[in-house]
Amino acid sequence: MQKGPFVLERSGLLQLLQALKAKGYLTLGPTVREGAIVYDQLSRLEDLPIGYTDHQEGGTYRLRRRGDEALFGYNVGPHSWKRFLHPPILRLFRARKINGGFEFEHEAEALPNYAFIGVRACELLAIRVQDQVFLGGAYQDPHYKARRERVFIVAVNCTQAGNTCFCASVQSGPKAQAGFDLALTEVLEGDRHYFVGEVGSERGAEVLGEIPHRAALPSEVAQAEAKVAQATRQMGRSLATEGLKEMLYQNLEHPRWEQVAARCLSCGNCTQVCPTCFCTSVEDHTDLSGVAERTRRWDSCFTADFSYLHGGSVRVSTKARYRQWLTHKLATWQDQFGMLGCVGCGRCITWCPVGIDLTEEVAAMRGAHV
Amino acid sequence: MVNPISYTPGQDPMQPRPFRVVRAIRETADVVTLELEAQSGPPLAFQPGQFTMLYVFGVGEVPISISGDPHKPARLVQTIRRVGLVTEALCKLGRGDVVGVRGPFGSHWPLEQARGGDVVIVAGGIGLPPLRPAIYHILHQRQDYGRVYLLYGARTPADLLFPEELKRWQHTLAHAPGASPVRVTVDRAEGGWDGAVGVVTSLIPVLPIDPLRTTALMVGPEVMMRFTISELRKRGIPEENLYLSMERNMKCAVGFCGHCQYGPHFICKDGPVLAFPRVRDWITRKEV
Repeated sequence: MQKGPFVLERSGLLQLLQALKAKGYLTLGPTVREGAIVYDQLSRLEDLPIGYTDHQEGGTYRLRRRGDEALFGYNVGPHSWKRFLHPPILRLFRARKINGGFEFEHEAEALPNYAFIGVRACELLAIRVQDQVFLGGAYQDPHYKARRERVFIVAVNCTQAGNTCFCASVQSGPKAQAGFDLALTEVLEGDRHYFVGEVGSERGAEVLGEIPHRAALPSEVAQAEAKVAQATRQMGRSLATEGLKEMLYQNLEHPRWEQVAARCLSCGNCTQVCPTCFCTSVEDHTDLSGVAERTRRWDSCFTADFSYLHGGSVRVSTKARYRQWLTHKLATWQDQFGMLGCVGCGRCITWCPVGIDLTEEVAAMRGAHV
Repeated sequence: MVNPISYTPGQDPMQPRPFRVVRAIRETADVVTLELEAQSGPPLAFQPGQFTMLYVFGVGEVPISISGDPHKPARLVQTIRRVGLVTEALCKLGRGDVVGVRGPFGSHWPLEQARGGDVVIVAGGIGLPPLRPAIYHILHQRQDYGRVYLLYGARTPADLLFPEELKRWQHTLAHAPGASPVRVTVDRAEGGWDGAVGVVTSLIPVLPIDPLRTTALMVGPEVMMRFTISELRKRGIPEENLYLSMERNMKCAVGFCGHCQYGPHFICKDGPVLAFPRVRDWITRKEV
């Protein structure tokens, strides 16, 4: 097993994709679609957002040209890896009406082995957070488990940070610490373009062994570390986590909730782009042929239906829904799962149509305890 | 590239088991009790206070408390009030129909801790069925408990559930002759009713109990449980001896769907039965 850091040339990344494909993996990674960087199938390096970066601000996302040929010179877009591990829509079963009752149809689910290329440090933590939700308790979700067990993760350390990023303050990034098979830092220096890499698992070492690489020089490692340090310095936002849970529990009736609710559209965008939000609705359908289906689909605590209880919603107001979402992410999640429900990716800030910023809401409440 | 996987029943907590209705009892105008037997596999053993998810083919699934005797698990007994689409479909089922069952889920009444002391059971409306398994258990081991009272409030006399059993329990639950363990009140009296009228909490101040050795179990609307807790506290029952069963929207019952969150608790797996100190900071807030 490769012990120390290694160097992979730019062309080596294509060989990595090919090696993973040869092993039967479906390679997924960032690609440009409809003006955003999303996650989809990668078959060649040209599928990556070459030379792109993203400008992010509260309520704003724009792709821009970098003026170089970087393959990973941007931060996270609207997609997260949860769409593969915890699919937006999933059929749980089919049942057929039979004489005097019904029976379940047992069908084998065709499931590819995923290789995720370009998983950022915040997203590695998001996957660990969802592991805790779906695998860490008394019940395990077999659908999540089957997908999760097979995934091969190539992490990419961030060498720049966006305006809505705050991973450094919640200690999730910008450098991948654990939970990957291989981790890469992209270096563009003069006319050189290469990756400094690290092996995180036996599987990672095995795949690496199949492609050309060499041990990294100390100067190359230093270059890579400098790039990651640059991302930490660029971090556009921060969230103070100390005493956060207690602060929110003490401020459940803070006037700030009303103020943010006056702007919040209760659209649920934040919950759809959040890499840790796991809530689902379970829906039963039937058709005229006598077949019934149960599907599970992403849901949002911002809908009226979410808290429906014989005759009406428990959380009628937007204030109550925003309070539920934010206190869940930052406070009750800690009681439930022993960790924060927020990884500092900033997606909820970028993709909020009115630019509501949870770091700003928390700071305001901290500044003015009631 | 593609590896087929399949899930066997029992491995997937979202997969119901078919149960057949062996008896449907119309309790009141809008409440039905179903007695169910597993079509295959073992019967469903449960603890008093737990619930199942009942699935009507193609219609949907709802959480329903188990209302039967935990010492007789061969028949799964569930009491349902018609309030929406799925409960209406459940209330229309008859002998021979098949429903899907998942569970049992959730926490249970603290009947072990309650041994040796007095027990006050407070039920409002459809809150009685989830308490009935606790009453059955106490009746099985009546000598293990001190004074036991059931305080039950319903909208009208016609809405009273299990009237025959209420009469029977008046004797079987008594710790001494004339103890009058079953105390019933209605919001609105109708012809022929000569019992108490008023809220169920009005029955608490006069209960002859030993407060420091009393455990209280309650199920009803949240507002009723809040006032019940307040009255029981006035009697000096320690707050850690007060247990309530909470209700929230549930889609999965295993903590995956997120719908039933109540502050830090998932009502499906941390509840439904919770000791009062765990909800103290939340129960007086609106829209939690």
